[in-house]
Amino acid sequence: MPAHETFYDVMRQHGITRRSFIKFCTLTTAGLGLEPAFVGKIAHALETKPRTPVIWLHGLECTCCSESFIRSGNPLASDVVLSMISLDYDDTLMAAAGHQAEELLQQTVDKYDGQYILACEGNPPLNEDGMYCIQAGRPYVEKLRYMADHCKAIIAWGSCASWGCVQAARPNPTRATPIHKVILDKPIVKVPGCPPIAEVMTGVITYMIAFGELPPLDRQGRPKMFYGQRLHDKCYRRPHFDAGQFVEHFDDENARKGYCLYKVGCKGPTTYNACSTVEWNGGLSWPVKSGHGCLGCAEDNFWDKGSFYSPVTNFGVMGQAEATADKIGGVLAGAAAVGVAAHAAVSAASHMRRNRGEEKTSHD
Amino acid sequence: MTETMTANGFALDDGGQRVVVDPICRIEGHLRIEVNVDENNVIRNAVSTGNMWRGLEIILKGRDPRDAWAFTERICGVCTGVHALASCRAVEDALGIKIPPNANSIRNLMMLAQYTQDHLVHFYHLHALDWVDVVSALSADPNATSALQQSISNWPKSSPGYFRDVQNKIKRFVESGQLGPFANAYWGSPAYKLPPEANLMAVTHYLEALDFQKEIVKIHTIFGGRNPHPNWLVGGMPCSINVAEAGAVGAVNMAWLNQVSDIINNSIAFVDQVYIPDLKAIASFYKDWNFGGGLSSQNVMAYGEFPAIPNDYTNESWMLPNGAILGGDLSQVHDVDPRDPDQIQEFVTHSWYTYDDAHKDSGLHPWDGETEPKFELGPNAKGTKTNIEALDEGGKYSWLKAPRWRGNAMEVGPLARYLVAYARGQEDIKAQVDGLLADLDLPITALFSTLGRTAARGLECSWTAHKMRDVFDDMMTNIKSGDTATANMQMWEPSTWPADTRGVGFGEAPRGALGHWIHIQDSKIANYQAVVPTTWNASPRDPAGNIGAYEAALLGTPMADPHQPLEILRTIHSFDPCLACASHVISPDGQELASVKIR
Repeated sequence: MPAHETFYDVMRQHGITRRSFIKFCTLTTAGLGLEPAFVGKIAHALETKPRTPVIWLHGLECTCCSESFIRSGNPLASDVVLSMISLDYDDTLMAAAGHQAEELLQQTVDKYDGQYILACEGNPPLNEDGMYCIQAGRPYVEKLRYMADHCKAIIAWGSCASWGCVQAARPNPTRATPIHKVILDKPIVKVPGCPPIAEVMTGVITYMIAFGELPPLDRQGRPKMFYGQRLHDKCYRRPHFDAGQFVEHFDDENARKGYCLYKVGCKGPTTYNACSTVEWNGGLSWPVKSGHGCLGCAEDNFWDKGSFYSPVTNFGVMGQAEATADKIGGVLAGAAAVGVAAHAAVSAASHMRRNRGEEKTSHD
Repeated sequence: MTETMTANGFALDDGGQRVVVDPICRIEGHLRIEVNVDENNVIRNAVSTGNMWRGLEIILKGRDPRDAWAFTERICGVCTGVHALASCRAVEDALGIKIPPNANSIRNLMMLAQYTQDHLVHFYHLHALDWVDVVSALSADPNATSALQQSISNWPKSSPGYFRDVQNKIKRFVESGQLGPFANAYWGSPAYKLPPEANLMAVTHYLEALDFQKEIVKIHTIFGGRNPHPNWLVGGMPCSINVAEAGAVGAVNMAWLNQVSDIINNSIAFVDQVYIPDLKAIASFYKDWNFGGGLSSQNVMAYGEFPAIPNDYTNESWMLPNGAILGGDLSQVHDVDPRDPDQIQEFVTHSWYTYDDAHKDSGLHPWDGETEPKFELGPNAKGTKTNIEALDEGGKYSWLKAPRWRGNAMEVGPLARYLVAYARGQEDIKAQVDGLLADLDLPITALFSTLGRTAARGLECSWTAHKMRDVFDDMMTNIKSGDTATANMQMWEPSTWPADTRGVGFGEAPRGALGHWIHIQDSKIANYQAVVPTTWNASPRDPAGNIGAYEAALLGTPMADPHQPLEILRTIHSFDPCLACASHVISPDGQELASVKIR
C-alpha cells in the first residue's frame, strides 16, 4: 500500500462504488452551498489528494465543539475521521495517552512539516505563565505555538478559539486569549459558535480537504458560506416580526403560536450564523424554532452584551450600519400599538439596508 | 521508601519507580496522574492533578441570575445541560419559583437523554479501548463474530458478511499506515484478554454507537433547540406545547412528540441489544481483573436525581435516591443535605488556591467559601514552574479543591448512585444489579471495582433509556388532560424578587453529585459556587490526609508494563473524568478579584 491514500481510494476500499462516491460529492457540494459545477472539482480533489493529517488540540474549553462535531449527519463523523482526514492527535478520542500521545505530535511535525491542519478547540490562558492550562507539565500555549509553527493552516473551532468565549468574559481571570491573538503568522479560519453547528464544522473541513485552501472568509475571518447571513434575515418567524406579532412572555399564547421572540431577548438580528438555514442535529430544529431566543453565541464577546433576555437595542461598538435599521425596527416593533404602517416601515428599513449591501465591521 | 497510612485507611509508599501519565486522553479536559510502582510493578502511591482552571464563578458575579444557566452550561459540553439544570434549580430555590408539571417532565426527559447518550459514548469511545484490542480484531473470523453476536443478542446487524465488511474497513485503515486516533497505542499488550471475535464485535459497535449517539440527543434539539448546549429557562422550559390549535407548527406539536417517542424506542433497543450484551461479554473475560475499588467499598454519596414530583427535591420524589454510605455499612444510609454548613466543605491545603490565614487548613461550605489562586509547586517537585517533571503531593499539586462530606472523601457517580439505591432497597435497581451479578456469577463485592463502576454505568444507561418511556407517557397523559403549560413566569421580573436571598440547586450529573449554590442581592448574582462530580472523585489530598477516589482506586493495581499505562487508564476512565467541570471551581467571594493578576 502507498503511504498516502486518497480519500477516493479509501472509499473504494471500503466497498463504496464510484456512483456512491459521486453522490457523496454532490451532497457535499450542496451542503457547502456551492453550484453544481463544483461537484466535479470536489470529486477530482478527493480522488487525487492524500488524507490530510489533522492535529486537534484542546485548550481551555468545555469540549462542546468535539461533541458537536460527532453529531454530524452529512458526512458522518465516523466517515470524516476514518476516511477523509487522518486525525493524528486528538486527546479526546485517541487511544494512546501520556508520552505515547505526545510523541505523535513530533512525529507529525517530522513527517508533515507545513502540511497538516491544526484544529484548535478552546484557547490558551496567558496569566500565571500559562499554567492555568497544563499539558504534559507545560503551559498549553507552548504546545499551541510549536504546533502552529509547523502547520499549514489553522481552524479555530468554536467561540473559545475564535473570540475567547465564556472564560474570557469579564473579568477574564485567566486571560484566556483567542487563537488569532497568539498565532499571528498562519492562515486562520474562525468557525465560531458555542458550539458551531456539526454540519458547518464538517462542511468547513470538507472544503479545506477538497480544495486544499481556506474557504473564502469575511473580514472577521469566518467562512462566508456559513456566516454571511444574519439569523434574523432567514428566520422562519421573521414574518411575525414584520407583522408586529411578538411573544411577550415565555409560554404565553403568542409563544404557543410561534410568534417572534425579539421582545424576550432574541439576538437573531445581530447574529451571523447558519442556524436558521442549516439548523441543528440533522436540520431538526434550532433555538428559535424551539421557543428560546438566540443567545448570539457565534458573535464576539456575546457574554458581555447584557442579559440574554433584554431586547437588542444597544449595539455598542459593533455593527453600526446594521444597527440603525434594527434599532428603528426594534423601537417600532416594541411600541405597544404596532400597526400596519409600522410593519411596513420596519420591512422597508430592512429592505433599504439590504440594498445598501451587507456592511460588517470588525470587532477588533 | 516511605510507607504511610492515610487517614482513610490506605497504605501509601512513595518509593520505587515514579510513572507520569500526562495527558490522560479519552476524557473531558486535562488530567495528570502520577503513580509509584514497586519492584513487582504494583501501584503503591497515586497522585491526581487537575490541569486546568477557568474561573467561571468570578465571571458570574454581578450578572442577571436568569442568565446563569447559560454561563454554567458552558462549564461542560460533554455532560451538556446538567449545569444549566442545576443553575435553574438554584435560582428557583432562591426565588421560590415553582415550575409546571410539563416542565418537570421535559427536564427529566432531557436529563435522561443526556445520561443515555453520555454513558453510551463513554463506554464505546472513551473506555472500550482499555479492554478492546483493535488490531486483534483484524485476525477475527467473521463467522465466529457473527455466532458470538447472535448468541448474546437479537440485534439485527449480525451477519458474517456485515462483520467481514467492517473488518475489511479496519484492515484497509491499518494498512494505509495512517492510524489516526489509534496510533501509538497499546495493541498486543498482555493486559488485553478478549478473543479476536469479541474484539471485532466491539470495534464494530464502536462505529455503530458513534453513528447512533447523535440520534438520542435529538430529544434536546426538540425541547431545547439544539445539542450540545440546548436552551433552558428559569421557571420552566422555553418550548411551548401546542398540540391542537392554530400555530402548533411553531411549538412542540404532535409530530415532534411522535419523534421523541421514536427516539426513546430506538434508544432502548440500542442500549438493551448492543451496549448491555457487549458489557456482559467483555466483563466475562475480565472477571479476574478485580482491581480499582478504592473508596467504592467505603464511602459513596448521591444527592438524588429525576424528581417524580415537580419542585420536590427529596427522597419522596427522587427516582434515584439521595444518600451517603460510610465505612461500607450498607445497612445505614445517611441523608445528605447540601444546605448544611457542616456537611459539604471544601479544602485547599493541597490545591493551587489559598484561604486566609485563619482558615488556612479549614473546610468551607460553598456559601461561605473564599479563594485566591496560588500556583506553587511543593519543595520536592522535580522540574520548573513551567516544565513539571514530577509533582510533590506533600505540597500543592492540583487545580481541584478537595470537597469532603462530614470530613470524609466520597466517591460519586453511577456506582455510588446504584449502591445508595441498592442499600435503600429500591426494587428496580436491586433487580438490575442482582440480575447482572447472577448472569456473571459474581458476588455483590465484585461491584467494588473498576469493572463494577463500568457495569453500574451500563445498567444505569438501560434504566435511563427505559425511564424516558415512563416519563414521556406520564407527560402525554398530563397534556391530554388539557395542561400544556411549560413555564411559570409569575416571578420573572426582578421587581418581584426578595432583595437578598440564597438558593441551592442540586442533583446528579451522569458523573455524580452536582450542586450549585447562589446568593442573589439586589437582583444580581452576589456569589456563585459549583461543586461538581469530578472534583469529588479526582480530588487531591486534604489536610487530614484523606486521599480522593481516583488516588484510592489506583492503589494495589499491578501493571503489565509501567511504560504502558493501560491499567491506569482503565481505572481512571471507569470514573468518566470531566476536568472542565471539576476545575473551574472558585469561591464566590468578591475579594479574590483583586488577587487575580491581570497582566
